[in-house]
Amino acid sequence: MTISTNLVYFIALPLFSSGLLLLLGRKADKWGHIFATLVSASVFIIGVIEFFAMQSREGEARAATQKLFEWISVGSFQVDAGLLLDQLSICFVLLISGVGTLIHIYSIAYMSHDRDRRRFFAYLNLFIAAMLLLVLGDSYLNLYVGWEGVGLASYLLIGFWNEKPAYAAAAKKAFVANRVGDVGLSLAIMIAFTQFGTVTFAGVKEGASGASAGALTAIGAMLLLAAAGKSAQFPLQSWLGDAMAGPTPVSALIHAATMVTAGVYLITRSNFIFDASPTAQLMVVIVGAITLLFGALIGTAKDDIKKALAASTMSQIGYMILATGLGPIGYAFAIMHLITHGFFKAGLFLGAGSVMHGMNDEVNMRRYGALRKVMPITAATFGLGYLAILGVPPFAGFYSKDKIIETAFDSGGIQGILLGIITLLGAGITAFYMTRVMVLTFTGTKRWDEKARPHESPFLMWAPMAALAVGSVASGFLLNSGSALVNWLQPVVNENQEYHSEHLLPPIVVSIMALTVVAIGVAIAVIKYRTVPVVAPENVLGITKAARKDLYQDSFNEAIFMRPGQKLTAGLVNTDYKVVDGLVRLVGWVVQISASNLRNIQNGYVRSYALIMVLGVIALIAAVWMVTL
Amino acid sequence: MDISNYIYLSAILFTIGAIGVVVRRNAIVVFMCIELMLNAANLAFVTFSRIHGNLAGQVTSFFTMVVAACEVVVGLAIIVAIYRSRRSASVDDASLLKR
Amino acid sequence: MSILTSLLLLPLFGALVVGFLPASNAKLVKQVALAFSLLVALVSIVMALSFDRNNSAMQFTEVRTWISAFNINYAVGIDGMALVLILMTTILVPVVFLAGWNESENGRWNVKVFYILLLILETMMIGVFSATDVFLFYVIFEAMLLPVYFLIGGYGSGERAAAAMKFLLYSLFGGLLMLAAVIGLYIISVNQGGATFDIARLSQLSIDSTTQNWLFLGFFIAFAIKAPLWPFHTWLPTAATSATAGTSTLLLGVLDKVGTYGMIRFCMSFFPDATKTFTPAIITLAVISILYGAFLAIGQKDINSLIAFTSISHFGFITLGIFALTSQSLTGAIFYMVNHGFGTAALFLTAGWMIKRRGSSQIADFGGLQRVAPVLAWSFFIAGLSALALPGLSSFVSEFLVLLGAFAKYPVAAILGTLGIILAALYVLLAVQRAIHGETPASSAGISDLNLREKIAIAPVIAILVLLGFYPKPALEVINPTTQTIMTNAGVSDPAAKVVK
Repeated sequence: MTISTNLVYFIALPLFSSGLLLLLGRKADKWGHIFATLVSASVFIIGVIEFFAMQSREGEARAATQKLFEWISVGSFQVDAGLLLDQLSICFVLLISGVGTLIHIYSIAYMSHDRDRRRFFAYLNLFIAAMLLLVLGDSYLNLYVGWEGVGLASYLLIGFWNEKPAYAAAAKKAFVANRVGDVGLSLAIMIAFTQFGTVTFAGVKEGASGASAGALTAIGAMLLLAAAGKSAQFPLQSWLGDAMAGPTPVSALIHAATMVTAGVYLITRSNFIFDASPTAQLMVVIVGAITLLFGALIGTAKDDIKKALAASTMSQIGYMILATGLGPIGYAFAIMHLITHGFFKAGLFLGAGSVMHGMNDEVNMRRYGALRKVMPITAATFGLGYLAILGVPPFAGFYSKDKIIETAFDSGGIQGILLGIITLLGAGITAFYMTRVMVLTFTGTKRWDEKARPHESPFLMWAPMAALAVGSVASGFLLNSGSALVNWLQPVVNENQEYHSEHLLPPIVVSIMALTVVAIGVAIAVIKYRTVPVVAPENVLGITKAARKDLYQDSFNEAIFMRPGQKLTAGLVNTDYKVVDGLVRLVGWVVQISASNLRNIQNGYVRSYALIMVLGVIALIAAVWMVTL
Repeated sequence: MDISNYIYLSAILFTIGAIGVVVRRNAIVVFMCIELMLNAANLAFVTFSRIHGNLAGQVTSFFTMVVAACEVVVGLAIIVAIYRSRRSASVDDASLLKR
Repeated sequence: MSILTSLLLLPLFGALVVGFLPASNAKLVKQVALAFSLLVALVSIVMALSFDRNNSAMQFTEVRTWISAFNINYAVGIDGMALVLILMTTILVPVVFLAGWNESENGRWNVKVFYILLLILETMMIGVFSATDVFLFYVIFEAMLLPVYFLIGGYGSGERAAAAMKFLLYSLFGGLLMLAAVIGLYIISVNQGGATFDIARLSQLSIDSTTQNWLFLGFFIAFAIKAPLWPFHTWLPTAATSATAGTSTLLLGVLDKVGTYGMIRFCMSFFPDATKTFTPAIITLAVISILYGAFLAIGQKDINSLIAFTSISHFGFITLGIFALTSQSLTGAIFYMVNHGFGTAALFLTAGWMIKRRGSSQIADFGGLQRVAPVLAWSFFIAGLSALALPGLSSFVSEFLVLLGAFAKYPVAAILGTLGIILAALYVLLAVQRAIHGETPASSAGISDLNLREKIAIAPVIAILVLLGFYPKPALEVINPTTQTIMTNAGVSDPAAKVVK
């Protein structure tokens, strides 16, 4: 574990570029986007070089570490700014910088009419830097810096068009929901420190076997809370839909391919905690299963193409989280699904962006229809992503999603059967809502606004889409051939090979079941959406109404947290003025009143002064007299 | 004669003086009442001197007389000055301190 | 004469020089005052460079007899904690001068008086952190109120006279309690055979527990008012809304630190038993302050009182860190004092510029600032991020250390405190959303961006926040020995990790 290479460029380059573009301001408007894209590309190239360097090393020597400097050192709390590039992080490095670079290229065209394009690219680079720090940090605290850093980048990018008050509110909502998760992460770090006296991954891993079950469960639960915040999992999922306020490339990069999957990374990275605590694992599985269905259900009713895709993201990450809760074998499949999802979901989002680009930023799918003819390339790349997310062989999703369904069935007992059914059901609903998106957007009749002049997007936009489509087609097969990814990740997740031997159902049966469910979902959608009214019909099932309102997630949060919080705040402001400061003012008031009363004695008449003196003397004598008696 | 009678006399004189200061309005009369109080005190001092058989009380009464004389000088001067400007020797008219 | 004494006298000399300048030439007055404050900053940096980091004893000490009858001395000296606070002070003063170049023009008195008051205040601020004689400390502690009183009352806005009076009375009340405790302490030292006001010798006294409790309360209440801790906080929002941005910066950034500094320097070292007795109660107060300040900050409509309430929340964190008494929490608390000084400075100064340009301090009157004044908006945003302790800014390091240290001993308090970071996100981002984001209303369209002078003023503050966030080692290195000394004196050691390798 002591191979040392220079990893600092991963973070330093995009961070420098981001700072430079922000500080130079308008002066960098002309070349800022090119510069940022080149930086992102060079990070990708360094990543590829590192990847091949890693492959040339064997076993233990593959992971590389680098200590940059001593960051915090107080008493026994020693944290270095250190980086760790191992088999797990390199997957993320390549995904982040690869997809990131494609999205940089796409954005050059997509944002070409925006006056703040340079600022946009500065934020994108900031995001790349923070996200790479998140996956490269060698301790929980370093991860935390990246964790909040991506939160900041996400906040800035969601609120990029913050002139619209709703968008500014969405940005704030995302940050605050993320902060709730961050509390989980910071508490996990604190528990880890009190237990193990260290917060590095290596140190915690070493100590985990000796810790009590309660402590491990507590750390696991807090890490899960953190993951739920960042990855929009139940019960902190509500921000993701609103986060679609950001420019579409942002939705593709941050809110689909990379940042929202940080929760999966966190749990996979902390496998030693979860493997040692079945309770925490169970919680992970439950959260994943709930979100999987929750997101899928919301996805069926959304007319906003980006929100439908966001719900889908939520649901797909539910699959990954569920997989990470299934023990050692699950981690690899979670990461595999994460990578394939990164390709096809980013592709789908870019496709959606391309459609919006051609349709005057219209997002309502009921105003689309028949776009296949005017946007052939977009339709084709979107279609490939669609096939991938459905899990049609041999597209990417087939390999990754089927593995998760299989593992769910294999997890044993009633839990296994239940999870298997849930994941199958999720696959069916996914097929339904994705077909709905496909049908509403690309086939059927024109339902465009009169002013709409849809056209195919320029090369700079469709080239990244095509690249991602290639990934959607091939990545699953490549990662799965000869269990490439499973073997690659084996040193990190300690996966036990014996797990493979026993299957509840043979893989081929699971695949057939999954494909059957998917076919049913597709069929229902195709039949149901032969004709599409431009205005969403009102007489729909209760579940559809609920799904349109995001299953009342916002109403719930408002009723339970926001309104009581507002009342509490208003009440406290009132109390502070009336009671706390009131007491202070009461003291002042008493002094004033008694002073103005006492002032009456000073009437200016000599004889009254004399009388008071006499009375005073008499009182004094009386007092002395009484005491001496 | 019982020597304590002097004390009683002193107390009565002092009380008369004190009441005079409080109830009379003419500055001259008030002033005379103050003199009366001072002299009542002097009487008490002298009496105590007699009772204790030392001279401390008598010495003090001399001091008091000197102080009283000074006071008369200053006080009368003030009264005259006030009378000149206000054409009145009433102490109630001189209540400027209130404002 | 030690370098510390020269540092103390330099601003005073500056005040004298300014006093002889013609009042009509305001520009010259400002330039001379700024030159002196820069010189002070330079001297303090020179002093910091010659500071021995490995030595936990007081350094640059100097003792001269002042009132020999009571063994009162002019005794000064600094350790790591005092050094970082003094550096913060000397750096903030020129920043405040530069940032509020014109804020002295509309006062009750002329520009000269403003700068004389500020320079005198600087001497006192340095003195209060370097005094090693309790009586000297007390005198400066009280005397410091006067320049601030005149700065608020003479150069503030709104109900400045009332605010100044409230501040003065509150502080005098606390000071009175402290005076009683100081006298009590002196009498005990006389009874034990060595009349002294020397801090080191006073902390050697053996005091019975009842007396300790009363004397502790005398000191603590004075410091809790100064800091301020709930429920002694109500003077702060009033003062902050009425004072000029520069005065608020020094008031919250530096003067209030005397409260938390005093808790460490006096309460803990003189009365170790009473500290243990009162720790649960104080930690409760600290947690209440954290949450209460944060909730009230969310509910504020005035930008200055919002900042004041965030400070109350932050002082809760500092107090929590001090009384949790682990090396992480204590170092975190001391470092927090410095970061809060710079963070609050950035907030008040940027808010001050916003208020001056818009002519209103109501958050609702702003909006869309990012479009018309991007540099100003960004400065305010970064200051806000510092208030919500974003990693990468120095406030994160200190806040995290406080919570981490507190968690080991008082997990419930730490968990409640951690909730404060959600509320922090809310109060900062709500203000940002209302003031900076959104459409620019016509009334804000004419707001101009920062000029060069203002940029130069804010740049070092933001640079320090960022640098210490990524590389806090220089500060932590200096603070750690002080923390160890305090821990040793209190006879406390860190809780060990539960799992032993």
